[in-house]
Amino acid sequence: MKNIATTRTGKAPRAATSGGLQAWLPRLVLAPSVAISLFFVYGFMLWTFILSLTSSRMLPSYDFVGFGQYARLMQNERWWVASTNLMIFGTLFVLICLVIGALLAMLLDQKIRQEGVLRTVYLYPMALSFIVTGVVWKWLLNPSLGIQAMVQSWGFESFRFDWIVDPDMAIYTLVIAAVWQASGFVMALFLAGLRGIDDSIVKAAQLDGASLPRIYWRVVMPCLRPVVFSAVMILAHIAIKSFDLVVALTGGGPGYATDLPATFMYAHAFNRSQIGLGSASAMLMLGGVLAILIPYLYSELRSRRHG
Amino acid sequence: MANVIRRQTLAARLSRAAVYSVLVLAALFYLLPLVVMLITSVKPLSEISAGTLLMLPQDPTLAPWTKAWGEACTGMRCEGVGGYFWNSFAIVIPAVLISTTIGALNGYALTKWRFKGAELVFALMLFGCFIPFQVVLLPMAQTLGWLGISSSRAGLILVHVVFGIAFTTLFFRNFYVGIPDELVAAAKLDGAGFFRIFWRILLPVSTPIIVVSVIWQFTQIWNDFLFGVAFSAHNTQPVTVALNNLVNTSTGVREYNVDMAAAMIAALPTLVVYVLAGKYFVRGLTAGSVKG
Repeated sequence: MKNIATTRTGKAPRAATSGGLQAWLPRLVLAPSVAISLFFVYGFMLWTFILSLTSSRMLPSYDFVGFGQYARLMQNERWWVASTNLMIFGTLFVLICLVIGALLAMLLDQKIRQEGVLRTVYLYPMALSFIVTGVVWKWLLNPSLGIQAMVQSWGFESFRFDWIVDPDMAIYTLVIAAVWQASGFVMALFLAGLRGIDDSIVKAAQLDGASLPRIYWRVVMPCLRPVVFSAVMILAHIAIKSFDLVVALTGGGPGYATDLPATFMYAHAFNRSQIGLGSASAMLMLGGVLAILIPYLYSELRSRRHG
Repeated sequence: MANVIRRQTLAARLSRAAVYSVLVLAALFYLLPLVVMLITSVKPLSEISAGTLLMLPQDPTLAPWTKAWGEACTGMRCEGVGGYFWNSFAIVIPAVLISTTIGALNGYALTKWRFKGAELVFALMLFGCFIPFQVVLLPMAQTLGWLGISSSRAGLILVHVVFGIAFTTLFFRNFYVGIPDELVAAAKLDGAGFFRIFWRILLPVSTPIIVVSVIWQFTQIWNDFLFGVAFSAHNTQPVTVALNNLVNTSTGVREYNVDMAAAMIAALPTLVVYVLAGKYFVRGLTAGSVKG
């Protein structure tokens, strides 16, 4: 007992002397990143919020008009088109990706030959830029030279697939291209989740004579709830941020039929000299992200505390 | 054994065939755009207007590729996307190296030298992964102006580093949490300092996470369009911006084959990375986008 005490006291001074700078080094190393984060993330958010309260047009000015820009935004028809589009695009994009991703993952999990090759094929679009995706799909969807023309040349003269030039349908072309790009990634998430499930649960259900679809629906799906949850988060996040895809695929057109908040913000802040209005729309986008993020983080923290 | 025999029934075989056909159909759906892009990029323009998407080129030519690389018009200039391709590398390489280095040191300091408030610092930084970048565009434009690096490659490198370190810190922090503390504690008792421990103990085991971080940052920054279009001038544009300009330049005849060749050029680096290191790519995607 005494021995331990002496070694403890014996060690203490040394730890203290070498501890001076050494104890501060980790904090010093982190300091620049914290400063960067405080300035470039939190400071800029505040800055944009302040800009959104001003009448700034071509250049930032600090002439405050309260929440006037938000009121203007609410009366702006183009903003409503952009927000509605985000709802349609976001909902369809998330749901279709989930269905395709889950289906492909379950099928791939049936001891498939060449599984690695198939997985690689499903996932490669995720490595591409949304600009490349947009350029390619614009070509595929081109009515006079793309898929429509090809199917018509096969003899189906009345085949129509001209959504990209139809203001009512153009938004769905964004869904097609975005699903093409991201659904393989959802498949990878689900597959990882499936592989993480304890085999014995499935075996037990099999012994009970449950059919395969039933096992998936009643036993496996509940285990995959966290995967579904994070996939929804990630996809919703991609949807809110979607900018490049719109720019490359439809340019927001026809007219502004496929505008999303991200393109609305860019157009107003950078091309139409409406910095105040653009800032207000950016703040609403941030609000949208927070609305999804906070419940997610909350449940993550809760589950970790329980675990 | 009984299981194997049961597999051979007709119903089982049919369902097996159904599974394979769905999987193969899906593979065709994912491959179609890439195949069309490749075929179109080596067709002469006459074959494009006369034929259809999937017709193989009768008279394949690399002329669209050379035109896309060196002559095609991107806005006012007609120098192809080649220069912008190198621009992207000049932006991506320093940005990836700097952000990965900072992320590694941050992750190390957060996990192996825990101090009061370390968790808070991490949570604070992590938030940067989630913000929509529209919310930082205008202040960033002004700040780059003050720093005298607006529309420069240095400016874009700074932007990508600033918004990349949240991700790289996340990667390294989550990786280092799993490295036993005893190793570090023993080295501390021997009197080894902060950087020495990092260099001798942590770095040698960090290869997998370095690969994940480098690949993630490389694809993110290479594929970036928003920052590229907001903060670059004609001579500092990354290739994604040049590609978009090329496709939307409306002078003369639309040369779809050149468009597709340019798209292939812009896509190749990240595709190569994906094919060579797909495993790490997936790991980065899941780690980077899921949890903290």
